[in-house]
Amino acid sequence: MSSEAQDLEKLTSEEYKYGFVTHIEMDTVEKGLSEDVIRFISAKKEEPEWLLEWRLKAFRLWQTMEEPDWAFVDYPPIDYQDISYYSAPKMKERPKSLDEVDPELLDTYEKLGIPLKEQEMLAGVAVDAVFDSVSVATTFKEKLSDMGIIFCSFSEAVKDYPDLVRKYLGSVVPQGDNFFSALNSAVFTDGSFVYIPKGVRCPMELSTYFRINSLGTGQFERTLIVADEDSYVSYLEGCTAPIRDENQLHAAVVELVAHDNAQIKYSTVQNWYPGDKNGKGGIYNFVTKRGKCAGVNSKISWTQVETGSAITWKYPSCILQGDNSVGEFYSVAVTNNRQQADTGTKMIHIGKNTRSTIISKGISAGYSSNTYRGLVKIMKNADGARNFSQCDSMLMGDTCGAHTFPYIENHNDSAQMEHEATTSKIGEDQIFYCNQRGISTEDAVNMIVNGFCKEVFRELPMEFAVEAQKLLGISLEGSVG
Amino acid sequence: MLEIRNLHAGIEGKEILKGINLTVNPGEIHAIMGPNGSGKSTLAGVLAGREEFDITEGEIIYQGKNLLDFSAEERACEGVFLAFQYPVEIPGVSNTYFLKAALNAVRKYRGVDELDAMDFLALIKEKMKLVEMDQALLNRPVNEGFSGGEKKRNEILQMAVLDPMLAILDETDSGLDIDALRIVANGVNKLHTPQNSAIVVTHYQRLLNYIIPDVVHVLVNGRIVKSGDKELAFHLEEHGYDWARDLREPAAQGA
Repeated sequence: MSSEAQDLEKLTSEEYKYGFVTHIEMDTVEKGLSEDVIRFISAKKEEPEWLLEWRLKAFRLWQTMEEPDWAFVDYPPIDYQDISYYSAPKMKERPKSLDEVDPELLDTYEKLGIPLKEQEMLAGVAVDAVFDSVSVATTFKEKLSDMGIIFCSFSEAVKDYPDLVRKYLGSVVPQGDNFFSALNSAVFTDGSFVYIPKGVRCPMELSTYFRINSLGTGQFERTLIVADEDSYVSYLEGCTAPIRDENQLHAAVVELVAHDNAQIKYSTVQNWYPGDKNGKGGIYNFVTKRGKCAGVNSKISWTQVETGSAITWKYPSCILQGDNSVGEFYSVAVTNNRQQADTGTKMIHIGKNTRSTIISKGISAGYSSNTYRGLVKIMKNADGARNFSQCDSMLMGDTCGAHTFPYIENHNDSAQMEHEATTSKIGEDQIFYCNQRGISTEDAVNMIVNGFCKEVFRELPMEFAVEAQKLLGISLEGSVG
Repeated sequence: MLEIRNLHAGIEGKEILKGINLTVNPGEIHAIMGPNGSGKSTLAGVLAGREEFDITEGEIIYQGKNLLDFSAEERACEGVFLAFQYPVEIPGVSNTYFLKAALNAVRKYRGVDELDAMDFLALIKEKMKLVEMDQALLNRPVNEGFSGGEKKRNEILQMAVLDPMLAILDETDSGLDIDALRIVANGVNKLHTPQNSAIVVTHYQRLLNYIIPDVVHVLVNGRIVKSGDKELAFHLEEHGYDWARDLREPAAQGA
């Protein structure tokens, strides 16, 4: 064992900061999945018949599907009958304002650094907070609605804007797309809905904060963002969960639709509980995220900073259908201890002169495994399509692994593709160099890693970038010397 | 300033330094010369606190303190500076950011207020004149894509900013053309005061035309076999290290 590897032992001192449990009366359905449970969820949410049918169709599809096993991750079989598919804080009715939200809940978000009340005061970010299965509060709603912007929980959207939901739900990720999207479609409980009308530039960052609290529950949220012609929106997503010994499943679906000349910027800082240093517990994050650049000159940009979860299985993708549309994917994935990540993107070029950029930075430490998996597909009619991909991996210590699986499928001779990939080891030399200038090892690692991720961080909204940098430091604390 | 007594050190069980004795007084510049593999860079590394070296015997007293008790970053904060033979690249981290982090870490350790961005910029602009460095290099990532000469100048710039008590220059002349050599040496000379000291590790005598040492030591096979004034360097240049290799036995205790 090198001294660096031994030092790894020392490393994992920093406890997961968000691992507390909120004690609050919950309304939780019995474990197990059946048509009855789906009917129960649908009824609980007072959903229209078409949505129940939509869910049931998904459930039937799911029953015929097999869990994918191609990802470079390893976990014991999941017993889908041992999960509770609905859990919500007991509330008499859905709160009309923050004053009606259980103070215990608000306190939870406060602890997480998301004071909803204050955020309502301070201009800047509008937050939708999802606690286990339901959305507890959406701030700034009225201010946004003056501009015609809809930003609400998914359940409210089903009630208040059924036509929009019906039109777009499943239009990018159909129920039968994959095993986890089918599961999500059957049992999704809440999430966020955003609609930006024609010609409107959303004046603030919209944000959803997901929190898994209850034991033995899964979280299956559904996010749908529609940017109508000539509109713009920037959306942020954050996640945490308490420390628990057993694994918890998070299978979300995110769908984005950008019409002509519209732009959607979707940023994620994912900090689900990663399990302890021996790999016990943690969230299984099996998420389907996809955006459709439906209109000409539209643009969808995914930026993700993935530091949490025991297992991450996630490929935010872009379908570049409109001519001249642009897809971007900027990713930092950090794995430490026994974490496993298999993440990347798919860029499907359909329209003419479509462009995509992929910048992926993987950082592995401890005994973790970090995989980039990406597909760039150029369809027959995508004349003049261009892609640039850059996949860099950084290894800390010698017990972790980094893997890159870039797939390219090209059906058009005019396509231009560039791919760059590097793997580097965080050098003892680099750290010593910093040490010799008076900089502590911890600060040095932080600095080096942040330098490595710079191209991605600069894509994040300002406050988020600061948070991401801190998070990176915490995730890797002690991983070198 | 610095007293090394009977220092034995090695790596992975192989002894490289076999009993070094060396005393450096405030205000002195010492040159350590020797053939490849004689242990020059090991000595520099041990002084700076490189962890891969095992110290098996001896002690190093620096300003009355046991230097070996300090970690590398503590030594830096205590005023020990190593100018690297091969300065390390740190992609994505701007030179300014790095320098500011370093300076403020050192200032914090010494109980001095950290400098804000404005004061720091003023300081660095002044220090840059010393090494005639292009300002554009400040915004570039640390050493990334720098030429050999730029890297070495950057080392001296860092030295100027951190203002060390004991500077160790490890083969700072390697890879420098004559103009860069003059600039680097000039920077070192300007930073030299009666209070601080320097150890110049070099293979060739030519650097010593610009940085005049008070004492020259010849290091062969892990021991200082001869010490003398700057004339010793000329003698070595003329007769080569074969001559020194014959001086198997340790010379009289260092200066």
